[in-house]
Amino acid sequence: MTSAALEARDVVKYFPTGSSGILGRPTHEVKAVDGVSFSIAHGETLGVVGESGCGKSTLARVATRLIDATSGDVLMDGESISHLSGKDLRIARRKLQMIFQDPYASLNPRHSVGQIISAPLSVQRITPPQGVKTRVQELMELVGLNPEHYNRYPHEFSGGQRQRIGIARALVLEPTVLVADEPVSALDVSIQAQILNLLETLQAELGLTYMFIAHDLSVVRHIADNVAVMYLGKFVEVGPAHAVYSTARHPYTTALLSAVPVADPSRRGRTDRIRLEGDVPSPINPPSGCRFRTRCWKATDLCASTEPVLQDMGNGHFAACHHPMETPVTLGNSVS
Amino acid sequence: MNTVPLLAVKDLSVSFNTPDGVVHAVDDVSFELFAGKTLGIVGESGSGKSVTASSLMRLNNSVTSTTTGSVELDGRDLLSVDEATMRSIRGQDIAMVFQDPLSALNPYYTVGDQIAEAYVIHHPTESKKDVRIRVLDMLKKVGIPNPEKRIDEYPHQFSGGMRQRIVIAIALINSPRILIADEPTTALDVTVQAQILDLMLDLQRETNMAIILITHDLGVIAEVADSTLVMYGGRIVERAAVNEIFSTPTHPYSWGLLGAVGSLDTSTRGHLSTIPGTPPSLISLPSGCSFHPRCRYAKETGSRCTTEVPQLHVVAGTSSSSACHMADAQLVALAQHGENQ
Amino acid sequence: MLLFITRRLLFALALLLAVSFFTYMLFAMLPSDPAALTCGKNCKPEIIAANRVRLGYDKPLLEQYWLFLKGFFVGRDYGVGAAAFSCPAPSLGYSFSQHECVSTLIARTFPVTFYLSLGAFVLWMTLGIGLGSLAALKKGKWQDRAATTFSAVGVSLPTFYIGLLVLFSFCIWLRILPFPSYESPFEDPVSFLTTMILPWSTLAVLSAAGYTRLTRNGMLEAMNEDFVRLGIAKGLRRRTIIRKYVLRSALVPIVTIAGLDFAALLGGAIITESVFSLPGMGRMSIRAVVESDLPVLVGTTMVAAVFIVLANVVVDILYGVLDPRVRQR
Ligand SMILES: Nc1ncnc2c1ncn2[C@@H]1O[C@H](COP(=O)(O)OP(=O)(O)OP(=O)(O)O)[C@@H](O)[C@H]1O
Ligand SMILES: Nc1ncnc2c1ncn2[C@@H]1O[C@H](COP(=O)(O)OP(=O)(O)O)[C@@H](O)[C@H]1O
Ligand code: SF4
Ligand code: SF4
Ligand SMILES: [Mg+2]
Ligand SMILES: [Mg+2]
Repeated sequence: MTSAALEARDVVKYFPTGSSGILGRPTHEVKAVDGVSFSIAHGETLGVVGESGCGKSTLARVATRLIDATSGDVLMDGESISHLSGKDLRIARRKLQMIFQDPYASLNPRHSVGQIISAPLSVQRITPPQGVKTRVQELMELVGLNPEHYNRYPHEFSGGQRQRIGIARALVLEPTVLVADEPVSALDVSIQAQILNLLETLQAELGLTYMFIAHDLSVVRHIADNVAVMYLGKFVEVGPAHAVYSTARHPYTTALLSAVPVADPSRRGRTDRIRLEGDVPSPINPPSGCRFRTRCWKATDLCASTEPVLQDMGNGHFAACHHPMETPVTLGNSVS
Repeated sequence: MNTVPLLAVKDLSVSFNTPDGVVHAVDDVSFELFAGKTLGIVGESGSGKSVTASSLMRLNNSVTSTTTGSVELDGRDLLSVDEATMRSIRGQDIAMVFQDPLSALNPYYTVGDQIAEAYVIHHPTESKKDVRIRVLDMLKKVGIPNPEKRIDEYPHQFSGGMRQRIVIAIALINSPRILIADEPTTALDVTVQAQILDLMLDLQRETNMAIILITHDLGVIAEVADSTLVMYGGRIVERAAVNEIFSTPTHPYSWGLLGAVGSLDTSTRGHLSTIPGTPPSLISLPSGCSFHPRCRYAKETGSRCTTEVPQLHVVAGTSSSSACHMADAQLVALAQHGENQ
Repeated sequence: MLLFITRRLLFALALLLAVSFFTYMLFAMLPSDPAALTCGKNCKPEIIAANRVRLGYDKPLLEQYWLFLKGFFVGRDYGVGAAAFSCPAPSLGYSFSQHECVSTLIARTFPVTFYLSLGAFVLWMTLGIGLGSLAALKKGKWQDRAATTFSAVGVSLPTFYIGLLVLFSFCIWLRILPFPSYESPFEDPVSFLTTMILPWSTLAVLSAAGYTRLTRNGMLEAMNEDFVRLGIAKGLRRRTIIRKYVLRSALVPIVTIAGLDFAALLGGAIITESVFSLPGMGRMSIRAVVESDLPVLVGTTMVAAVFIVLANVVVDILYGVLDPRVRQR
């Protein structure tokens, strides 16, 4: 068996915050990511879904070593990259690139498109055989930008085009793994579809592996082979996309599916809808036992005392719940 | 059904003078709003939704913008009443909820003060005690737990969803007849979005107010609106009852929009249908139908698409209106069979 | 909050200690012999040596610093026998060129600086915030253009020349005001005022320029805030919105800068004091520089540092009072 393109083993990331005492030492820790494992096979896509603040971006930044994990291990092609530094890390980074959420904030307004896309080349001190400019223009063509706009500046482009610039920049080092943190959340609906299509075409043509983050189940559904649902720093459900969508086993996943507005007025007022109460609790002091129990309608005493672990529900479908949803429930925007 | 509209908007146009040129943000927009009903306005960013909404309340900067047309409430044109009258209407007859609950509240005052302020300005003689009781009541109504304690807290002590509830409490404290909600849930998580939409509908049932709900999410429209305006480049391109817009949409832009969203729901992977190109610049709108550079029917429909602005008209055989030069029969045929498989 | 204040104060104290150490060392390392400056040109080496012992400059640097520090808390005695003298706590050293304890000197000059700073501060805050608000409210109109021009010109004018210009026009050329000669406000209020009015105005007008711009921009920014639009949508009056929504949020950053500016002035308005011959701390430091009067320099630097550090603490606390988001922690 070949090793996974990208793998995480029990990754933990705590951010110290707050301060007290005369010296002002940090008193709390934000448990942004708290024991997450996954593995993505070559050429496949893992979609990571969860509400704001659940730790998606932190996980992405740890996976790409933009920040260091508190503990746990990240592996590429079976080799740990957690302890690399200096030159080794730089070489590993070539294979592992990231696309960011905000196409406005992530591009330096004072650099031309050509400079932006070729920046990773100069950081890595690489000169492509065909020359920097030709290489950049090939990429611009590939992501659907006009190569003649090589010397233009970001403000001359629309949001969707800027995201294409971001994608070209991520591709310039010929990575094998792309981590995309909500790459379409800031875009218009009609443009979202364009970018998603582009990402899929690129995956097919270049054999890329994706970790694709979204806050919305419907975006991920289109692109992911496997889906992980995250809540307060932990994966609560992981599995093949079709299984997670058609037979969600974790109450939170069902609620999330149920909350997505469906573009079909005839389904309005359906009674099987699940409405969660309240907000996501603070990751500084997550609830004991199951972190979802404060909003879960199925919670029992067991849920408060014992933390559920991910359990195999069959066919590589895992859920962390003491009382998983029984029957295959069809909810939300499932196939009708 | 009630046939007398509560609010009638006719030929509303708004333009802004900017250093780059004149932005025609809203062009010739007309619609009616009925008590107890929800009108959804959908469109991509920059299509003029927010400007339409804020000009109903005259919130646009009068120095840099020009507004023409009329907005009739109770037989008065809100665009021409004096400032004092307008002030008495704002917050009292028409209230507004903004997109970003994080920035919509004044960080320097408690939420209780901010809700009370909205009430007191229209009820100056009410005693402090009564106002507080009313505010507490409102907080309960919008689902803030433990209102006695939270009434004296500051906005930053609330989560995004909670803040949006506060903004809704501010809007509803005077029981307005019209609520304008400009993307009230765009900045929120889906589970919280569902809560907020439910809350607005519950309160509507209770008070029979009319709601204008602005969104870029057709799913939200499907869940809560009774009728819909689709905006593109500052103009209304389609006006339809909510069932119609999803079953027989009659404008090529609506087809594209529905296609791009609809296929997100299919369980198979595959290419999404998209609208090519990007939304237009409102400083130099494409001539004729501003959608023509992105419309795949523009060629076969002929040169009118590039020369003549299509007028919104009822499409024969439907109850929807569309602003497209294509023959009605063809629009209907495409709506039912060709496009939106 | 209380904990926060305590922590800030303790930190400030530690900071001051460090500052005093470095100040002392820095000045001690200057290539001039403080003992040699204790008597005139044709001084006998024996006297210099005796004075060196008397003032403690014969001791190792670290010990000198220690004596200096101890003196601040318990006072300090110099010499023995008939020639002995002492500076009571808080002692900051003894100035030989002026034959007085540094603390006495500062106690005499500081009030002048304080009156100068306070008056100028009140004037410039009023002027700056007033003009800034006017400009923001009348954006694009002539009032705005006038205020913007004023602030653009004001920030680029050098105090020294403007001070001299003002002095020359009012006191020599127009003769509206008498030539400045400082009197304490408690002894001769009229001459105090006629002396102070020019330095106050000069300082105020020049400093107000920056505040005009700060207020204007802060208010314009606030006017674009969503919460201001919500205020209008509530049906509030323009007046209420300007006061409770716009000014309030524009003032928060101004407080910070104003606090620090005021503190910096308290350390001695060197140029203004010199131009208008005010016997304040600033002028005294200049004289100390010219005469290489080290003890005075160390003393005034310390006082200035105390004000800056204290102002930082006060501003932090004020920030918490003004902004509930900061108060929380
Ligand atoms: N540098 C940091 N210091 C302290 N806390 C942090 C830091 N970065 C993130 N956090 C906290 O960690 C948690 C997870 O943050 P993260 O950005 O990963 O969330 P997310 O799932 O990406 O959310 P969103 O959907 O809003 O992008 C949050 O509570 C956040 O406030
Ligand atoms: N105050 C303003 N000055 C200049 N242009 C504006 C102003 N407000 C809005 N616009 C422009 O008007 C157009 C429509 O904006 P808006 O109604 O906010 O769009 P949306 O449909 O996203 O709500 C945009 O091009 C926007 O840039
Ligand atoms: S473990 Fe308990 S609280 Fe957690 S999701 Fe399952 S039923 Fe709900
Ligand atoms: S008028 Fe022409 S360009 Fe516009 S939508 Fe209709 S067919 Fe397309
Ligand atoms: Mg994120
Ligand atoms: Mg908008």
